[in-house]
Amino acid sequence: MSELTNPAIGADPNAPSGGFSFDNVHRNALLLQRQFPSPHSSDPNASANANSGDRSILPLATKTGTTIVGVVYKDGIVLGADTRSTNDTTVADKNCEKIHYIAPNIYCCGAGTAADTEKTTELISSQMELLRLNTGDGQSRVVTACTLLKRMLFRYQGYVSAALVLGGCDLDGPHLYQIYPHGSTGKLPFTTMGSGSLAAMAIFESDYRDDMDEVDALRLVQRAILAGIFNDLGSGSNVDTCVIRVDGTVTMGRNEIRPNEVGPLRDMVRRSDVLNMREGTTAVLRSSFVGRSGVGVSMADVTVTAMET
Amino acid sequence: MSILEYNGAAIIGMAGKDCVGIASDNRLGIQYQTVAMDFKKIFKMNDRLFVGLAGLATDVQTLDQLLRFRMSLYELREEREMTPRVFTNLLSNMLYEKRFGPYFCEPIIAGLDEKGAPHLATMDLIGAQALAKDFVVAGTCEGNLYGMCETLWKPDMDKEVLFETLAQALLASVDRDALSGWGGVVHIITKEGVISRELKGRQD
Repeated sequence: MSELTNPAIGADPNAPSGGFSFDNVHRNALLLQRQFPSPHSSDPNASANANSGDRSILPLATKTGTTIVGVVYKDGIVLGADTRSTNDTTVADKNCEKIHYIAPNIYCCGAGTAADTEKTTELISSQMELLRLNTGDGQSRVVTACTLLKRMLFRYQGYVSAALVLGGCDLDGPHLYQIYPHGSTGKLPFTTMGSGSLAAMAIFESDYRDDMDEVDALRLVQRAILAGIFNDLGSGSNVDTCVIRVDGTVTMGRNEIRPNEVGPLRDMVRRSDVLNMREGTTAVLRSSFVGRSGVGVSMADVTVTAMET
Repeated sequence: MSILEYNGAAIIGMAGKDCVGIASDNRLGIQYQTVAMDFKKIFKMNDRLFVGLAGLATDVQTLDQLLRFRMSLYELREEREMTPRVFTNLLSNMLYEKRFGPYFCEPIIAGLDEKGAPHLATMDLIGAQALAKDFVVAGTCEGNLYGMCETLWKPDMDKEVLFETLAQALLASVDRDALSGWGGVVHIITKEGVISRELKGRQD
């Protein structure tokens, strides 16, 4: 229980701490090896395991599945993503967000292990804000975000499995990068990532043109994501887009296209009365009610006295 | 068999109108051997916030201890209760810190936010959050639980209907799962307080 005695938690909140904790690694290795002498030789999805180990009894982490794309057009960048996240073959979230905020003028689409894409972009976003405050420069550069991301990913040798499409506009104009989990990057006019990348790239390769206008670029991105949603099983649900313009404006198109709305279909189904639970259906052994104690202090209840100075 | 299935569990979180519910089974087993029928998997964090932990029992209890520690520290420092959103981020970051040596635990968070609206969240064992408006499930019979919830859930249930729905979804699911069951417990969180009920279930 090192956390309970960890002085860094109790004492100084500003004390430098952080990074990954490897406390459980040894325990987990012993646990898995002793309790479960590996039943199967190897799992084709071994890299999908939380530890990137090769034992199939290791639990699977949630993946994004994912079709993510980005394209450069005349006045900026358009990013796009689907909204399905999967845990093995189960859909874990039908409407998740894969376009992450990095800076006011930079956004990043993430594919791979859901936690990795989420936390990596969160971390870099915070580093970018600190950098802006430290340098006094109003605007973040896309290349800075790209460098911070690739350094982070390279440091972890691909074990932080995040495949990213980074896009944004700064004083040098629009920039679009793709970043692989091992830390390699590419600067491209259009790119796709994730399990639906082939479906989306098919659309881009046939219909991309240089210097498109915003309407055409947005339409192209939407078509590419839809290709992923319908042709790749790891991708699904809705289309999210994000337009970042060189003039500094951003338009987030959350759930811009919803081709898989189940609400209206559900309403058409005549719900059997058997499914409406009546009171007293369930056998209850004991029942109790604990009223709200009111011990919970809200800031409204506290009388603030100014500190003597 | 995955390590997450070593002890067995079934947990549901479900939203109603101005109330939210969380339910779990009672079994603790070691693979197919049942060891206890009163194992606690849902933990009260404050009057309006509960967390359910499915997975390896040792990590369930360790995480509960760590969460209680962090919650108490927050309340002492900030002189206010933690909101469900903050709690979700806290837990998510605690799990992700152990990215390469995780706790084998999938949590479900059910609570009422500052405005009294339901907050439901779940995450995987390394802290990838998934927020939901309707229901969230975790445990060894996830598939069963999804099926029952998709069938029985409807919007704007009052607290009594929410209780019956949760209870029936849970009991029907665990009866088709060997690793969970032995009765269950349901907590309904309302603005006025918390209703807790122990369910009668099959003992086999």
